[in-house]
Amino acid sequence: MTDLQTFREETRDWLESNCPEEMRKPGDVAWGGRNAQFSHPDQKLWLERMGEKGWTCPTWPKEYGGGGLSKEENKILQEEMSAIGARSPLGSFGIWMLGPALLEFATEEQKQEHLPPIVRGEVWWCQGYSEPGSGSDLASLSTKAVLEGDEYTINGQKIWTSYADKADKIFCLVRTGPQEPKHEGISFLLIDMDQEGVTTRPITLISGKSPFCETFFDDAKAPSKDLVGGLNKGWTVAKRLLEHERTMISAMGLSGGGDGSKKTKSGLAEIGKKYAGIDSDKKIADKALRRKVALHDLNSRAFGLTMQRVGEETKVGAPSPAAAMAKYYGTEHNKLRYELMLEAMGTQGIGWDGEGFSMEELAITRDWLRTKANSIEGGTSEVQLNVISKRVLGLPDK
Amino acid sequence: MALILNEEQQSLKDIAKEFLQKNAPVTHFREIRDTENELGYDEKLWKDMVDLGWSGILVPEEYGGFDFGMVGMGSIFEEMGKMLTPSPLFATGVLGASLITLGGSNSQKQNYLPQIVDGSITTALAVEESNRHSLSQINTQAIKEGADYKITGDKTFVIDGHSASLLIVAARTGGKEGDLSGITLFLIDPQSTGVTITKTSMVDSRNSANISFDGVIVSSENILGEENSGSGILEQVVDRAQVAISAEMLGNASQAFDLTLAYLKERKQFGSLIGTFQALQHRAAEMYSELELTKSSVIAACVAVDENSNDLTRMASLAKFKAGETNHLVTNEAVQMHGGVGVTDEYDVGLYLKRARVTEHIFGNAEYHLDRYASLSEY
Repeated sequence: MTDLQTFREETRDWLESNCPEEMRKPGDVAWGGRNAQFSHPDQKLWLERMGEKGWTCPTWPKEYGGGGLSKEENKILQEEMSAIGARSPLGSFGIWMLGPALLEFATEEQKQEHLPPIVRGEVWWCQGYSEPGSGSDLASLSTKAVLEGDEYTINGQKIWTSYADKADKIFCLVRTGPQEPKHEGISFLLIDMDQEGVTTRPITLISGKSPFCETFFDDAKAPSKDLVGGLNKGWTVAKRLLEHERTMISAMGLSGGGDGSKKTKSGLAEIGKKYAGIDSDKKIADKALRRKVALHDLNSRAFGLTMQRVGEETKVGAPSPAAAMAKYYGTEHNKLRYELMLEAMGTQGIGWDGEGFSMEELAITRDWLRTKANSIEGGTSEVQLNVISKRVLGLPDK
Repeated sequence: MALILNEEQQSLKDIAKEFLQKNAPVTHFREIRDTENELGYDEKLWKDMVDLGWSGILVPEEYGGFDFGMVGMGSIFEEMGKMLTPSPLFATGVLGASLITLGGSNSQKQNYLPQIVDGSITTALAVEESNRHSLSQINTQAIKEGADYKITGDKTFVIDGHSASLLIVAARTGGKEGDLSGITLFLIDPQSTGVTITKTSMVDSRNSANISFDGVIVSSENILGEENSGSGILEQVVDRAQVAISAEMLGNASQAFDLTLAYLKERKQFGSLIGTFQALQHRAAEMYSELELTKSSVIAACVAVDENSNDLTRMASLAKFKAGETNHLVTNEAVQMHGGVGVTDEYDVGLYLKRARVTEHIFGNAEYHLDRYASLSEY
């Protein structure tokens, strides 16, 4: 038996005895943090067991609490989890965004301090990048950090900080070199949210929900040891982290109802049949809608295959060179998916609340509104197209 | 299934690329076109391809082939697409080889497959009868007369129809036009009495022909497979052909894109390289995204052929749809972004545009495949 076969059998056995029954059903994923909330006691148990093994971050090195798995071993782990319907034990921006950046840019002490709590789900991280005056032109940011002794004092405002009201700490871009050219005066600083100088205020979106906040720094403090990647070198860290963020967001383009590769029909087609009716051949009666659904399904599949291929081509832990393309295409595609659902549902798709609409219909409508942010957050589609043309295609600046 | 090439497949692709760049660059295609070469391809080049083993890639080893699979064959088609290489590889190495391998009797396989592998025969499939792809709109009649059949009807868009030494013809032995049942495949010598072949001159200057059959007598021994088994064989073969031609279309689109990218980096207007203009940069980035999706679709469809996937037909539609749409977009944009020189014969981009439109029609355009995908997905 090869090593990988042995690994598969051991993994299967371990999951069999350690994954609680309750966690083998679809449901919400734990986000951890100092004030972690669990929807079921087994969710906590599952997180502890997986965290102990480092399998919440399977490919991170063992010395930082990770699973130390190779790309092939991780693939096996994911396959075996999927085979028993095991839920992901933990989700967080620490896993998807901060961790990979720390692994690449942080000092040994910083890695030792910050990575293991991410693996075990003990700290909920949020991201402090955008500011009211700095959206697409992120590098123009003005939140200031001034060093006195071995402590930074931070003043300014961040916006679109996801779940800042629930987070324990924030990884933040701050201006430490006010005289330097804009890209060369930025540092990457880790700041504790639990202090007097930090306040948050949720922002109500067009969907009626408030996943984002404004975050205010008013003489907030951070120790100088929590500056990552070197003084005024934050832009390098920031760009790399954005690539990880783009990869994460683009994956959402596939999460809404699968890529249609299963013989079980696409969710979109089912909605089309339900609302637009079927003809005598059991096809969607609205032929124009049927064509759009097919076009969307084909592109979903092509995109899913592209994510698979890019994954096979990319080294573990490294950001994909295709991240900008994936972010651009995945988010535009997801927006289109919701537009098509609404088109299919007709007036049942434009309800806001209350009677006359099912819970599912209302949820789709709210999600449709949420998707409008997909192609803005993490860098707009237009910014992604700039990144592709310059960094991937090598088109000239001047 | 892996969507990246293994070492052997990569090596085949590298060899194909090097061989074609050296022996069949675009100037080679231009020479065939401008000298009005009657055959439509260069015999020496075809012999070299045969010597490299390309005609036997899809043929099982027991019949002298290499059984190397569609991932390998697709790599070659992608490279040929980049260089616009004219050759009998599609009609013979994909269509002929697959028709006989999947549909032929043991003795037909023993007779014809080694001849395909060693290059002593070339083949053409005569199936289409209208201006759109269809495997059921077949009205060519095969009337049984004793041990023979008498074949009458008109075929169109027969790739390599005027140059092939063996024709494989879909004719009706039962049912009516529009039925998938009642179709039989016949192996016919193009020299037979009653066969009239007219080479058609298409925008891509490549080979195709109209063929009429006027009471052509064929022995029942020359039925490929069994009587009335035609559509079952054709469906399997056409899936494979769609995948191979999609790979050529991917190469065609990639090359047109690369030529355009190079032009954006050298052409100056208003005192700047035109590649600095965001209006062009964003369109280039969109094309890049579509090309990436096409690349994945094509290789996944090649893998589906090699794994004999039960979802092969949908995968073939995915590849042909994506390749058709992307090639359409990219070749149009390539001409536009080249400006005035894009519409001259001197620049190559126009050649890619013309080849793109012809390949779109080979075994179903993007709309055909959208409809087929939806039907197979039960909506």
